[in-house]
Amino acid sequence: MARVGAVTGNEAVAEALRQINPDVCAAYPITPQTELMQRFAAFVANGKVDTELILVESEHSAMSACIGAAAAGGRVVTATCGPGLALMWEMLYVASGMRLPIVMPVVNRALSAPLNIHGDHSDAMGARDTGWIQLWSENAQEAYDNAIQAVRIAEDMEIRLPTMVCMDGFVISHSIERAAYLDDETVKAFIGEYKPLNPLLDLDHPKSFGPLILPDLYHEYKRAQHEVMTRVKDVVLAVAAEFEKVSGRRYSLFEAYRLDDAEIGLVILNSAAGTAKDVVDAFRERGIKAGLLKPRLFRPFPYEEVAQVLKGLKAVAVMDRADSFGGYGPVFMEVCSALYPLAERPVVINKIYGLGGRDFLPQHAEAVLMELEEIARTGKTKITKEYIGVRE
Amino acid sequence: MKPKGWRELTPGAVILDAGNAREVKTGSWRTFRPVWKEANCIQCLFCWLYCPDMAVIVKDGKMVGFDYDYCKGCGLCAFECPGKKGQKAIVMEEEGK
Repeated sequence: MARVGAVTGNEAVAEALRQINPDVCAAYPITPQTELMQRFAAFVANGKVDTELILVESEHSAMSACIGAAAAGGRVVTATCGPGLALMWEMLYVASGMRLPIVMPVVNRALSAPLNIHGDHSDAMGARDTGWIQLWSENAQEAYDNAIQAVRIAEDMEIRLPTMVCMDGFVISHSIERAAYLDDETVKAFIGEYKPLNPLLDLDHPKSFGPLILPDLYHEYKRAQHEVMTRVKDVVLAVAAEFEKVSGRRYSLFEAYRLDDAEIGLVILNSAAGTAKDVVDAFRERGIKAGLLKPRLFRPFPYEEVAQVLKGLKAVAVMDRADSFGGYGPVFMEVCSALYPLAERPVVINKIYGLGGRDFLPQHAEAVLMELEEIARTGKTKITKEYIGVRE
Repeated sequence: MKPKGWRELTPGAVILDAGNAREVKTGSWRTFRPVWKEANCIQCLFCWLYCPDMAVIVKDGKMVGFDYDYCKGCGLCAFECPGKKGQKAIVMEEEGK
């Protein structure tokens, strides 16, 4: 029987990692991920898992050790956030380029300077081009469920790519909410035995990882890596269908909330989507056809599917909790790329909100939806990209 | 050998065949080639010892020449060579001259 608890996001993901029982975990503590790894380290210390926990001197080393352990042939996890993810930068590309299915919860945190430990999406958005699969999670339940599904997606023999599971720092990682856990046996059966691909520790078949590949072949390797990403969507959907059977909880490439007949809509990731859904409901009660799209799979981005659910809208606001300075927000750029091929498409605007943990409040969503109503009525846009919830 | 297309590659660029470094002829990297002057050679085998590749050919315990398929022309052998009476047994000569 499923256990239901009042837990923090970190606690829920640590529980998922306990049930996954990886062979190796190399990690370095960083706020707000620290609690997650502290709890997992307690599982290791108390013999609740068989994991070899490697304590390292930095996140660069953590990811390096994970790469070594995964190449050796082990099931490997780690977790990080913000500047820790930034310090892993070089090795993130190595993990994906070597096609190593490492699973890494990322507790989204702002980047310095100025120094800030709170939640925004600058860290994982900065890593969007690293070749990792990215699953985003609204709450503790989704982070727990995504962590378990991430193992299956990453380790699929057609995929073999590292996968990040993103959840908002503090808002989710440190807030206590309801979450339902699967049984240990259910998780064990769901993720299955780890099947290594070309492991280094298969000593009868010696091999080399990490060769120098010059211009005569590098381009081909990257083309092959692109091809693998095109297969991810189908695997994510297949894993989600199986997960629904064991959990009763339904996942897809994204959550389309009240979008079927919507005229205006928000595109928004993670915890702020929960707040925004309440506001969408309030608008619906007033007879305004509002909806919301919450991306789950951000890498690879499901362009055709996003275009399909947004094409009937008149105006869309893409909400970004990260900025590409001198450009638009990262989610906005993807949504625009998805919509551009359509002959008729909604007007799209970009709002930057909640940086460095600034609260995203219902009135912020209300103001944006009211602006969308105005755009839908007049067809006129005042400004394409704008910071909201900011003092003048 | 026909260059491989992207569909033919091993996932993650893993090299599955052990000991295949010999298939890569690194001699083409060379700009200076070591030339052996047998008359000045005392068969100390310093060249064989110092060679970072395996480009010094030794037969029956004696240096007999260079394997130019793999010698990258680093010049370590020529530098270390004690020679005989102040005359080096290995000298570096520019390729193409």
